[in-house]
Amino acid sequence: MRTILKLGKQEHRFIDRISELSGENVYSCYQCGRCSAGCPMAFEMDILPNQLIRLVQLGEEEALIASKTLFICASCFTCQSRCPKGINIANVAEAIRYLAEPKGKDHFGPDEVPAELADELP
Amino acid sequence: MNGNGKKKRIGVFVCHCGVNIAGVVDVERVAKALEGYSGVSFSTHYIYMCSEPGQNMILETIREEKLDSIIVAACSPTLHEKTFQSVIELAGLNPYQVEIANIREQDSWVHSDKEKATLKAIKIVKSMVEKVLQNESLEPIRVGVTRRALVIGAGISGIQSALDIADHGYEVLLVEKNPSIGGHMIQLSETFPTLDCSQCIMTPKMVEASRHPNIRILTYHEVESISGYVGNFKVKIRKKPRFVDPDKCTMCADCEDVCPQIVSDEFNMGLSFRKAIYLPFPQAVPGTYTLDIENCLGLLPIRCGKCKEVCEPDAINYDDQETVFEEEVGAVVVSTGYDLYDLNHLGEFGGEKYEDVINGLEFERILSASGPTGGEVRRPSDGKVPKNVVFIQCCGSRDPENHNPYCSKICCMYTSKHAMLYKHHVPDGNATVFYIDVRTGGKNFEEFYQRTIDEDQVLYVRGKVSKVYKEGDKIIVWGVDTLTGRKIEMEADLVVLAMSMVQTDGVNELLKKLRISSDANGWLSEAHPKLRPVESLNAGFYLAGCAHGPKDIPETVSQASAAVAKVGDLFAQEQLLHEPTVVPVDEDLCSGCGICVTICPYSARELDKEKGVVKVNEVLCEGCGACAAACPSGAAQQRNQTDDQIFSMVRAILRG
Ligand SMILES: Cc1cc2nc3c(=O)[nH]c(=O)nc-3n(C[C@H](O)[C@H](O)[C@H](O)COP(=O)(O)OP(=O)(O)OC[C@H]3O[C@@H](n4cnc5c(N)ncnc54)[C@H](O)[C@@H]3O)c2cc1C
Ligand code: SF4
Ligand code: SF4
Repeated sequence: MRTILKLGKQEHRFIDRISELSGENVYSCYQCGRCSAGCPMAFEMDILPNQLIRLVQLGEEEALIASKTLFICASCFTCQSRCPKGINIANVAEAIRYLAEPKGKDHFGPDEVPAELADELP
Repeated sequence: MNGNGKKKRIGVFVCHCGVNIAGVVDVERVAKALEGYSGVSFSTHYIYMCSEPGQNMILETIREEKLDSIIVAACSPTLHEKTFQSVIELAGLNPYQVEIANIREQDSWVHSDKEKATLKAIKIVKSMVEKVLQNESLEPIRVGVTRRALVIGAGISGIQSALDIADHGYEVLLVEKNPSIGGHMIQLSETFPTLDCSQCIMTPKMVEASRHPNIRILTYHEVESISGYVGNFKVKIRKKPRFVDPDKCTMCADCEDVCPQIVSDEFNMGLSFRKAIYLPFPQAVPGTYTLDIENCLGLLPIRCGKCKEVCEPDAINYDDQETVFEEEVGAVVVSTGYDLYDLNHLGEFGGEKYEDVINGLEFERILSASGPTGGEVRRPSDGKVPKNVVFIQCCGSRDPENHNPYCSKICCMYTSKHAMLYKHHVPDGNATVFYIDVRTGGKNFEEFYQRTIDEDQVLYVRGKVSKVYKEGDKIIVWGVDTLTGRKIEMEADLVVLAMSMVQTDGVNELLKKLRISSDANGWLSEAHPKLRPVESLNAGFYLAGCAHGPKDIPETVSQASAAVAKVGDLFAQEQLLHEPTVVPVDEDLCSGCGICVTICPYSARELDKEKGVVKVNEVLCEGCGACAAACPSGAAQQRNQTDDQIFSMVRAILRG
């Protein structure tokens, strides 16, 4: 797969919007990965918390909105408590969810629930 | 008119500084506006006043126009005041008859409105004319130099400094708070990037220092206080009682054998034990036992007294006392080194709870042939050879949110060394390093790190560890591999944390005594980060080694030698010149209220109780003017910065 990295107006507008909604400086993440290392939900995620921040830095709105991680994040704040740069990653995830909602992405569908969990759900 | 009622002939020289000034300020107009202003008999402008043609123009104009003082309207005086002082000295004028009107930093660089900036420049220059009209010709204050140095802290930086000063032919006092010199370097096993044995390269230096006729080693001593000024300090030094006479002690170890008090051994980072009377390590300098009074059962023979009984050469003296004595020195090198950030700050890694989660210096001792395990890699808890060792970098470093914001600079390299040496000791073991970046900026450093990967097959995992915890007797490490996007969980037998380097405990109190400053992270501040990296802003103090910030040994040694070169500059001078722009006291006006005495940050002022007036030690006065501003009777007037001068400057600015 080839990704064309483009940081144009649209991407910057997206990054600014996320910063504004979350109140976090997403530029300051230096990708140490500590958020992912401690995240109790990471095993279920398609992209790890540090990758989520990375995709914001790259302005990859679509990839973010398509990711399951958005709805797997339990907002437990473990990541934030350890982040050396003081970024509240859960707030950033919340901001992305906010942008995803009008695009018809406000949850993940029943077909995406792992089989072994299906029985436990109402 | 000047103070003596004599008319002055002032020259004004306005500099363009290329476009730095001329881009915003109309320099021609400034020069014109000053023509004929009170006392100004010549005014011009030029593209670069500091260039050689610019300086020559000033020189010739002074001669032709018979000027007696000049104003250069240019950049900040910190940059070129000296340049223009020497120009007018060449013309036979007193250097205190030049003033710099700063129309760059205080005008063109901070404004963009050309009209207003030009008017401001005119005001600034006119106010300087008012000052110059009343400037007196001054002579620098001259003082002698004590050609003898004090070095505080005897790690490799202090030892190197002392040896260099001594080799320059000057006497040195080398003060060390511990019982032996050597610092951290003597604790290390082998050193990157060459893997030479630390003790093998360190002990010859320690012995050389102890034998050098110009060096007096004062171990188990601390600096109590310091007074005086550059070239002429008086230092009070406190000798802690050692209770053993180094001249008599033969290091036979009889005392140690009988001492019943067992305590943890600092040299081995608490991984072994020593007695209350002890030799810190076999090659200690001076080679003598020390009785550690805090852990001794008590010096009374009824309580114990066993060591004194067995000491054949009668070296033990229970009556040894703490003493304070005074020495005179001209320069002080501060080389107090570093500590490691306390493990307890990292609760998520177990802090000090887990015996097998250790810091880098503990691992150095485990690797060292003279260490607690005799050079075999065995873990602290059960002495087993660890088969899976995890190294974690940046522990407490590069973490502005929770710990220290800075990079400790050396831990990438020593972690690489640790992993490599571990593999040399335990070839069938696994070494895994968790890192964020690997920083190997140093001569032969990158090659060293490459060897760790290429030849010793150490696995580097790019991601910061989040948590280290115990499950049964297993240590579990939670990390991530950001390169593949996988969260990682692994078992370890031993975890080595590359703890952040921090300022030495207790150094803050020392800095207060020395009146030298440190930065937000506690490291000593240099006078200029690029141009004066080994001097403190407080004259006569020099910086060497990790006290100034994290460094490896090569850099520490270079800085020590550089600091000594600066000490040499000082000692090479016949006499020291001190700025004469100090604040004397007009005894007729002084009411003896003493307000200035309390306000002076340099202790330059003192109340003469007999006369009821204040006396000034002009050599200590740095001319900050705090006293002049505070004096209610106008008795404290700074030379060439008197109240009269300041008022006429203000008036000139208000007039326009
Ligand atoms: C785990 C580890 C491994 C390392 N490995 C290497 C390596 O392989 N290669 C390399 O180049 N570098 C290595 N280093 C770095 C090296 O230790 C330092 O560069 C070097 O020791 C700095 O020397 P120093 O003299 O500045 O400080 P120190 O060695 O800390 O010496 C300071 C001295 O001052 C004394 N002191 C402190 N305060 C006072 C006071 N108030 N009054 C009197 N005395 C005082 C102390 O007791 C001490 O003796 C390593 C560091 C660590 C932590
Ligand atoms: S812990 Fe903070 S700095 Fe590190 S990767 Fe996560 S968000 Fe970025
Ligand atoms: S030197 Fe390396 S391990 Fe140490 S703080 Fe800097 S980046 Fe981290």
